[in-house]
Amino acid sequence: MLNKYPLWKTLMVALVVALGALYAAPNLYGEDPAVQVSGLRGVEASAETLATIKSTLQQENIEFANIELENGQVLTRFKNTEAQLKARDVLDDALGRQYSIALNLTPQTPEWLAAIGGTPMKLGLDLSGGVSFLMEVNMSEAINKAKVGMVGDFRGDLINEKIRYQTVKEVNDDIVVIFRKAEDLEAAQSLFKKNYRDLVLAADEDTLTLTAKMTDEKLKEIREYALQQNITIIRNRVNELGVAEPLVQRQGKKHIVIELPGVQDTAKAKEILNATATIEFRLVDTEGDLNQALNGRVPANAILLRDKNGQPTLLKKRVMLTGDHITDAKSGFDEYSRPQVNISLDSAGGSKMSNGTKSNVGKPMATVFIEYKPTDKRDGEGNIIFEKVEEIISVATIQSRLGKTFRITGASSPAEAHNLALLLRAGALIAPITIVEERTVGPTLGAENVKLGFQAIVLGFALVFIFMIIYYKAFGVVANFALGANLVLIVGIMSLIPGATLTLPGMAGIVLTVGMAVDANVLIFERIREEIREGKTIQQAIHQGYESAFSTIIDANITTLIAALILFAVGTGPVKGFAVTLSIGIITSMFTSVVGSRTIVNAIWGGKRLKKLSI
Amino acid sequence: MQILQLKNTVAFMSYRKYAFIFSVLLMIASIVSLATNKLNFGLDFTGGTLIEVGFEKAADLEALRTVMETNGFADAKIQFYGSSRDVVIRLGLREDVKAEMLGNEVLEILQSSTGQTVDMRRIEFVGASVGDELAEQGGLAMLTALICILIYVAFRFEWRFAIGSVVALFHDVLLTLGLFSVLQLEFDLTVLAAILAVIGYSLNDTIVVSDRIRENFRKIRNTEPEDVINISLTQTLSRTFITSITTLLVLAALFFKGGALIHGFATALLFGVFVGTYSSIYVASFVALALGISRDDLIPEVIEKEGEDQEAMMP
Repeated sequence: MLNKYPLWKTLMVALVVALGALYAAPNLYGEDPAVQVSGLRGVEASAETLATIKSTLQQENIEFANIELENGQVLTRFKNTEAQLKARDVLDDALGRQYSIALNLTPQTPEWLAAIGGTPMKLGLDLSGGVSFLMEVNMSEAINKAKVGMVGDFRGDLINEKIRYQTVKEVNDDIVVIFRKAEDLEAAQSLFKKNYRDLVLAADEDTLTLTAKMTDEKLKEIREYALQQNITIIRNRVNELGVAEPLVQRQGKKHIVIELPGVQDTAKAKEILNATATIEFRLVDTEGDLNQALNGRVPANAILLRDKNGQPTLLKKRVMLTGDHITDAKSGFDEYSRPQVNISLDSAGGSKMSNGTKSNVGKPMATVFIEYKPTDKRDGEGNIIFEKVEEIISVATIQSRLGKTFRITGASSPAEAHNLALLLRAGALIAPITIVEERTVGPTLGAENVKLGFQAIVLGFALVFIFMIIYYKAFGVVANFALGANLVLIVGIMSLIPGATLTLPGMAGIVLTVGMAVDANVLIFERIREEIREGKTIQQAIHQGYESAFSTIIDANITTLIAALILFAVGTGPVKGFAVTLSIGIITSMFTSVVGSRTIVNAIWGGKRLKKLSI
Repeated sequence: MQILQLKNTVAFMSYRKYAFIFSVLLMIASIVSLATNKLNFGLDFTGGTLIEVGFEKAADLEALRTVMETNGFADAKIQFYGSSRDVVIRLGLREDVKAEMLGNEVLEILQSSTGQTVDMRRIEFVGASVGDELAEQGGLAMLTALICILIYVAFRFEWRFAIGSVVALFHDVLLTLGLFSVLQLEFDLTVLAAILAVIGYSLNDTIVVSDRIRENFRKIRNTEPEDVINISLTQTLSRTFITSITTLLVLAALFFKGGALIHGFATALLFGVFVGTYSSIYVASFVALALGISRDDLIPEVIEKEGEDQEAMMP
C-alpha cells in the first residue's frame, strides 16, 4: 500500500527520537555548587580525606548536601554558593598544600540517568565564564637544546671509547667533529653509526671531519617531544591553580590551548603559566681564575654566571643534570631548623646525578635558573625570539654522593626555600612558551550570553512554528514536530559526544539550523502541492513529493555539510562550536525532516482515500 | 495559503542583461571599497587587547579617555558596547614584553580611578602572529570550501553548473565582504564563520535550482535552454521564497535577541541570505546558460537509475 510504513520503521523512528530525548534530558536539571578536592603530585584523595573534610565542615557549621569519593576526588555539594565559598576557604586551611581545592558546578542529573551515561552539554567559556589561553612553543630553542645535548653525548662517547678528537662543535644545523688521525675518524664513524641511528653522518677524509646531521624524522620527534613535555608540565601547573575541569590540549604543530572554566584571577594564572623556566645543575669551576674570567678570558670549558645580587661564579660548561628529571621538590626544614629544599629525581636523573657527584664530594654545585623572556622581535618564520636569562639561584656543597633524592640547604629564609621549590617543581621546559592569545569572559557576561542565546532560539523557533502552521496548515504542524524532534536530537547528540561544547556561536548555529532544516520540508511540501496541481491522486502526490525531493535534499545538505566540516577543521574555540552544531544539525535535520515527517504523514494520511489534503 | 500563485512561467532570463549589469556594478563597487576602505578587521586578525567592562551607572566616555591617557594609554579606543553601562576599550599591539598582562593592568586602573565596582566582562588578547595565521587560515578555509564544492557539484551535476554555482558563491562572498567594508563593520572570526555559512546557504539554494533545471531538461523536449531555465526557476520560486523567509525570520531573532557579540554574525548572514537568494536565480543559472548548457549535456546520465522515474512522468 502506498504511504504506509511497516511497524518496525515507525518504531525505529520513535526509538531514535526517544533516545535523543533521554540523553537531552540531563540538560533540564540544574547545577549544584560544589567543592572538588583532588590530590596533587601522586597523592590521591582517600576515605581518610573524606572524613577530614566531613569533620572540618561539621566543626565550622557549614551545611552540605552530600559528599562522595570518586576517582580519587572528593566532591562535596552545597545548597548555596555562600556555603561553597566558605567551605573552600576552610578546607584550604585544613588540608594544606597536597590537595587542590577547586570550585565547581555539579549537574543534578538523577542517578539512573547518569548511570546510562547521561550528562548535560558542556558549555564553552563564552557561556560559563573563564579564561582560555593559546600558548606557542618555541621550537627553534628545542632543536638548539637537542644539538647542545648531542655535542655533550659525542664527547662522552669519544672519551669512553678512548677515541682522540680535536673538537666537537655546532656548525649551523650540524654537529662537526674534527680528528687528528684518519683511524680515529673511522672508529668514531662506526661508533656513531651504531649509537645514533637517527643521524646522517658524513665523513671527510681530507679535512678529517665528521659531520652529523639530524634527519627530518629526528627533528620532528624533537618538536613533538617539546610540545608533549610542555603539555605535561602545563597540566601540572594548571593543577596547582585549583581549577575544576581544566582543558589542556595541543592545537596544530606548536600551539597549546588551555581552558580554565570559572577562573577570574587571570593575572595569577598567567604568572604561573608564563614561568617559562629551566633548571640546570652544574659543578662550580674551582680551578679556573675568576678574575681572568671577569676580564673576558673565560676558560674554554667554563661559563661565567651571576646570582641575583650580581655576584659572579665560574661554572663548568658541562651540565650535570637538567631540570626535566625533577619529579618533585618540597621546601622544609633540616635538623637545625634551617630552610631546605628536598628534591626527587626520576631514575635516569638519579643515575646521572650519582655519576656526576661520585668523584666530586666536597665540591660546590650550583643550581642555575634559566628564564626565557619573550622579546618583541621575530625571526624570518614569524616565531617570537626569546632572550635567555641565566641566574644562579643556589650554590651548595655536595656532602655525599647524590642519588634519586637529595636536598639543597643554604636558603636564607623559608620563603626563599619555598620559592626555590616552586621553581624546581614547576618543572623545566625544553622549549619556552609564550601566551599568544587570551580570552577571558566574566561570569556576568557568560550568564547573559546563555540568556540571550536561549531567547534567540526560542524566538526563532516560535516564528518558524507560526509561519509553518499558517502556510502549510496540518502539514505545517507535521513539519513543526519534525523541527522539535530535530532540536531534541541536536541537544541529545551534543550531550552525548564528550568533546562537543556549546558556545554562543554554537547557539547561533542551532538557530540557523532551525531556519534551514525547514527547507527540506518546504521542498517536499511544495513538490506535493505541484503534484496535486498536476492532477495526481493525493496518495500519489505525497509519495511522489517525498521521492523527487529526496535527491535535491541530499545534494543541498551535503554541500552545506562540506562548508561546515571545513569550518570545523580550521576553526577554533567559539567558531568551532558553531561548526559542531551546524554539522550535527544538518545531519539530524535530514533524518527528522525526511524520515521523521514521513512517519507522521504516513500514520495520519497514509493508505486512506482522500479527496483533499490540508497543505 | 500561498504567497505566489504563478499561472504562467516568469521570463526570468529575459532580464538577465540588467541583472548582469547590476551584479557586475555591485561587485566592482565591493572591490573598490575593499581596496580603498579595506576591511575593519577585528582583534582576532589585527592582534591587540580588548577589555569589556560593565559599570554600575552609565559610563562617562570622556572621563574614561582622560583616565586612560594619563595612564599612558593614549592610543586606547573607547566605545559603548550594547548599552551605556557597557564599555569596550581597545588597545593596539604594544612593544611591551608582557603584552598579555595589559588587560589586567587596565582593569586595575579603571577600578581605582572611577571609584565604582567595575565588572570585568571580558578580556581578549591576541598576539600578532596569531592574527596573521588566522587571516591566512580563514582565506584558506574559504578557498578550500569553494574548491571542494566545485568538485562535488561537477561530479554530481555538470561542470557548467559547478562553475555557475561557484561564481554565485564568489559573488555572494564578495558582496558580503563589500558590505562590511562600505559600512566599516567589524570583521572578526564569527563574521568569517557567518560567511562560510552564507556559502552553505547560497549553495543550498543554487543546488535546488540546478537540480530542477537538470530534471526539466530531461523531461521537457524541444524547448530552448532559456525557457527550460525559466520554467525551472518559476517552479522553485515559491520554495526559494519560503525558505528565505523562514531563514530570515530566525536570523532576525538572532539579530535582535542574540546580543552585541553576535551582531556581526547575524548581519553577515542576513545580508548573505538576501544576496544568496538573488544569486541562485540570476548568477548561477545565468553562468550555466552563458556557458552553453543544453539538453545534450545532461542526457547521458539518464541511462542510469533515473530511467524509471522518467517513464512514470510521461503522460
